[in-house]
Amino acid sequence: MKQYYTDVAVVGGGPAGLAAALTANREGAQVMLLEREGRLGGILKQCIHDGFGLVRFGEKLTGPEYAGRFLDQIAESGIEVMTLAFVSGIDRTGSGYQLRVICREGLCVIHARAVVLSTGCRERTAKQVSIHGDRPSGVLTAGAAQHYVNLLGQLPGRRCVILGSGDIGLIMARRLTLEGAEVLGVYEAKPEPSGLARNIAQCLTDFDIPLYTSRTVTRVFGSERLEAVEVCETDSQMRPVPGTAQRIPCDALILSVGLIPENELALGLGLSLDPRTKGPQCDQRMQTELPGLFCCGNALHVSDLVDYVSESGETAGRGAADFARGRLPQAKTVPVQAEGPLAYVLPQRLSADNQEKTVFYFRAGKSCGPAVLRVRCGETELLRRRYRALRPPEMERLVLELPAELPAALQFSLEPEEPGEEGKQ
Amino acid sequence: MKEFVCILCPNGCRLRAGFEPDGETFRVEGNSCPRGAAFARTELTAPVRTLTTTVRAVGGERPVLAVRTAGEIPRAKLMEAMEAISRLTVRPPVRRGEVIVHNLLGAGIDLIATDDLAAVLQGGLKDVTPL
Ligand SMILES: Cc1cc2nc3c(=O)[nH]c(=O)nc-3n(C[C@H](O)[C@H](O)[C@H](O)COP(=O)(O)OP(=O)(O)OC[C@H]3O[C@@H](n4cnc5c(N)ncnc54)[C@H](O)[C@@H]3O)c2cc1C
Ligand code: SF4
Repeated sequence: MKQYYTDVAVVGGGPAGLAAALTANREGAQVMLLEREGRLGGILKQCIHDGFGLVRFGEKLTGPEYAGRFLDQIAESGIEVMTLAFVSGIDRTGSGYQLRVICREGLCVIHARAVVLSTGCRERTAKQVSIHGDRPSGVLTAGAAQHYVNLLGQLPGRRCVILGSGDIGLIMARRLTLEGAEVLGVYEAKPEPSGLARNIAQCLTDFDIPLYTSRTVTRVFGSERLEAVEVCETDSQMRPVPGTAQRIPCDALILSVGLIPENELALGLGLSLDPRTKGPQCDQRMQTELPGLFCCGNALHVSDLVDYVSESGETAGRGAADFARGRLPQAKTVPVQAEGPLAYVLPQRLSADNQEKTVFYFRAGKSCGPAVLRVRCGETELLRRRYRALRPPEMERLVLELPAELPAALQFSLEPEEPGEEGKQ
Repeated sequence: MKEFVCILCPNGCRLRAGFEPDGETFRVEGNSCPRGAAFARTELTAPVRTLTTTVRAVGGERPVLAVRTAGEIPRAKLMEAMEAISRLTVRPPVRRGEVIVHNLLGAGIDLIATDDLAAVLQGGLKDVTPL
């Protein structure tokens, strides 16, 4: 079996992995980038719509164009890229990690001092949203539909129903319509759509596609091919209301019901996942609880802007290079705590050394109006910032200048303002 | 006054805009930046969109290639543009940014490739699914 030795192994060649590999390389580490598919770029390869890179490049790029900017740099960098290389497992060794890889040559082993996990996320499926019925063809996730249409040039159906109002579903509603399919409607079990307002406007309103909120799909009909779906109204707990069922003939049901980080490799190493982010816990360098193991991008937490995915990749790449070169001291850590209607704050802990400008990402757990975010360390208040509105689909980014010493846990708390208090500000 | 969403950035500001009864003065509310005001005006007079889609490819590693309009085209012409694009075929190699059609529909805007397309390798490597 072939053996390879490297400073840093990056698993996954999406935007997170590309940024991690480039940064680690720039920091002087020897890097191997491993990707299971035939081409680098990750999910961006199939996201042919525009809107990527507004934060980073100040331009509205399509997914392949955004990835392309990094791919050009990879080509010039001297990073060793292995495509069609699936990492099936990782073990710890005395000097770092050992990756088992299924590649063109068969099986090989890569020995690395540090590893960056940038394996992205996967989509939730029909099973996870309890839809009854057989398994006819024609039921697929929005990402699978996107793959068929944008990379294989195949239309998955002519009369489509979309369940879930996530952004990928909205984008696919427009895409399928442009390609000549009829999109009968987008059904959302919650009372509010979960996608961005601009996507509702430019993907649904522009094409007169109806959006039905508080409605869900409860059953699929058809044994070989999908023939129809049953749609019910939902109550405030998102449970179907009896007696409201309606049958809608269609040949494709497209699910856009959310993403979950892909973390089999981290689990295999015995790491526990944060139940809030579904990814490993990390510090400000994106280092997990295992020294030398880093995680970034959508594997860490589902991010809605690719610009932040690249940023987390750069942080992880720098950390991994420093670790591999013995420049990363193992310091004591303090936890980062989230209070109030905050879904989570990332990183979940801080290593107490060398604090500079630290980037935090957070998300509200429920929609709130004007609210004040406070960050405290013990008795000291480090930040107080007012937000006009916070919505769970929109991740927030915050940069904090931390003191050199952190004596206690860092506490993030979100306090919704009392109604009427706005005037006083 | 009409209400609609500004689609220029993820903020998605809710705009209220329209002409005053005098038919001259244009008023916009709800925008967080000047780009939103300009958007409101075009949206109410002659709305435009960037079109992103694919064209058929022959002899390449994939059967389709991602393309977009290099600028915005009238929203009313999106379907007509799709129709024109459906009649095209490209052959590799194509480099990201290359012009596929000059002046699409005579609207003064080019259609450009947004991805690279390499030729399929001759012989061997049949297992390579270059997706
Ligand atoms: C279907 C879909 C559509 C999306 N659309 C948008 C959008 O329109 N706009 C937006 O901003 N965001 C979108 N996202 C979110 C998008 O995932 C992120 O913006 C970004 O692409 C995440 O980058 P990443 O590098 O973390 O993951 P990915 O781009 O998913 O890359 C992960 C890579 O890791 C590889 N990999 C995984 N496991 C292994 C392994 N064991 N061995 C080797 N390689 C492995 C995968 O093949 C993949 O190439 C979408 C996500 C999905 C799933
Ligand atoms: S008005 Fe400005 S900030 Fe608001 S959505 Fe439009 S471009 Fe973005």
